[in-house]
Amino acid sequence: MNALIDTASWILLAGGALFSVIGGIGMLRMPDFYTRMHAASVTDTAGMILMLAGLMLQAGLTLVTAKLVFVMLFLLITSPTATHALARAALEDGIEPQVDHDKR
Amino acid sequence: MMFLVAIIAIVVTMLLILVRALLGPTVYDRILAINLFGTKTVLFVAVLGFLNGRPEFLDLGLIYALINFIGTVTVLKFMQYGDLGWEAASKEKPDV
Amino acid sequence: MRYLLGLIIGAATLWLLLSGVYKPIVLGLGGFSVLFCAYVCHRMGIVDRESVPLHLLARLPLYALWLGGEIAKSNWDVAKRIVLPERRISPTIVRLRAHQSSELGQAIFANSITLTPGTVTVALRSGDAIVHAITEDNATDMEGGDMDQRVRRLERPFGAPARREETP
Repeated sequence: MNALIDTASWILLAGGALFSVIGGIGMLRMPDFYTRMHAASVTDTAGMILMLAGLMLQAGLTLVTAKLVFVMLFLLITSPTATHALARAALEDGIEPQVDHDKR
Repeated sequence: MMFLVAIIAIVVTMLLILVRALLGPTVYDRILAINLFGTKTVLFVAVLGFLNGRPEFLDLGLIYALINFIGTVTVLKFMQYGDLGWEAASKEKPDV
Repeated sequence: MRYLLGLIIGAATLWLLLSGVYKPIVLGLGGFSVLFCAYVCHRMGIVDRESVPLHLLARLPLYALWLGGEIAKSNWDVAKRIVLPERRISPTIVRLRAHQSSELGQAIFANSITLTPGTVTVALRSGDAIVHAITEDNATDMEGGDMDQRVRRLERPFGAPARREETP
């Protein structure tokens, strides 16, 4: 049982590590600011959730897990808010997205 | 062992993000990069706590997450209005 | 009153889970700060349906589960587009109508869009959301209005009958 939990936690941590690096690569590869935000959100959601879930499995049913849940909730609420504020500020500053289809 | 792998991945991501922060080209790219760097720092602190067997580090991570968010919004507000005061902000645009 | 009580219970739970030290003096300080915060919030007049959304609690877990599934799917999709060698993105901007009745519902809708990788709400003005999507497919998915429907169901008062589309 213990080995099983350890393996699951290992897989989650490795998955989180993978997604977080992919997001980092996307930050460099994507062509303009708005598409980079999508890459950033890969790191912010998948990387963060998987990694914290892996840590939760390590901690078991303790207060540490409760704290991990709070960290996750805070990040899940604040990160889209910050991204939205950023996107809106950029658009109002006149940074036009390079788009293939504009259906505004 | 597994924590070490996670830490290395986080540090690699942070380096990639720092490159983007240095390259720019717009100031918003830099803010995006720094915001992301902040969330990575939260993860880094959390995993480091487990690596050292001291999960109390999570409290620092929690505080860091909040400060990071407030910091990002503050910088954006300052850039948009050139001021952090209520007066300038409330004139036409109600929120950031 | 209901909302004030909800705030106090929520804050007390937060304190108990985060502190982890259950000595009388620490618990006393916790109780004091919870009550003091509740008093200050009450005096500021910000304890209402919007800041303590009790009516969402019952339906929130199901919505969170569905949103988690969406996040997983789109993460996989965006990650593939980042890693695969040729450029497979077609950035698109669409205007969506947020049909939620309250501002809280619209904010949840916009935040859910932003949280899902591949779509970001760029602006939200008087019920119109401008969304930047990384591919045209993502944008057409959003125009399908599934998420909009689900958030509307989420914010419906508990026990109220299910109303169908009344799109103007």
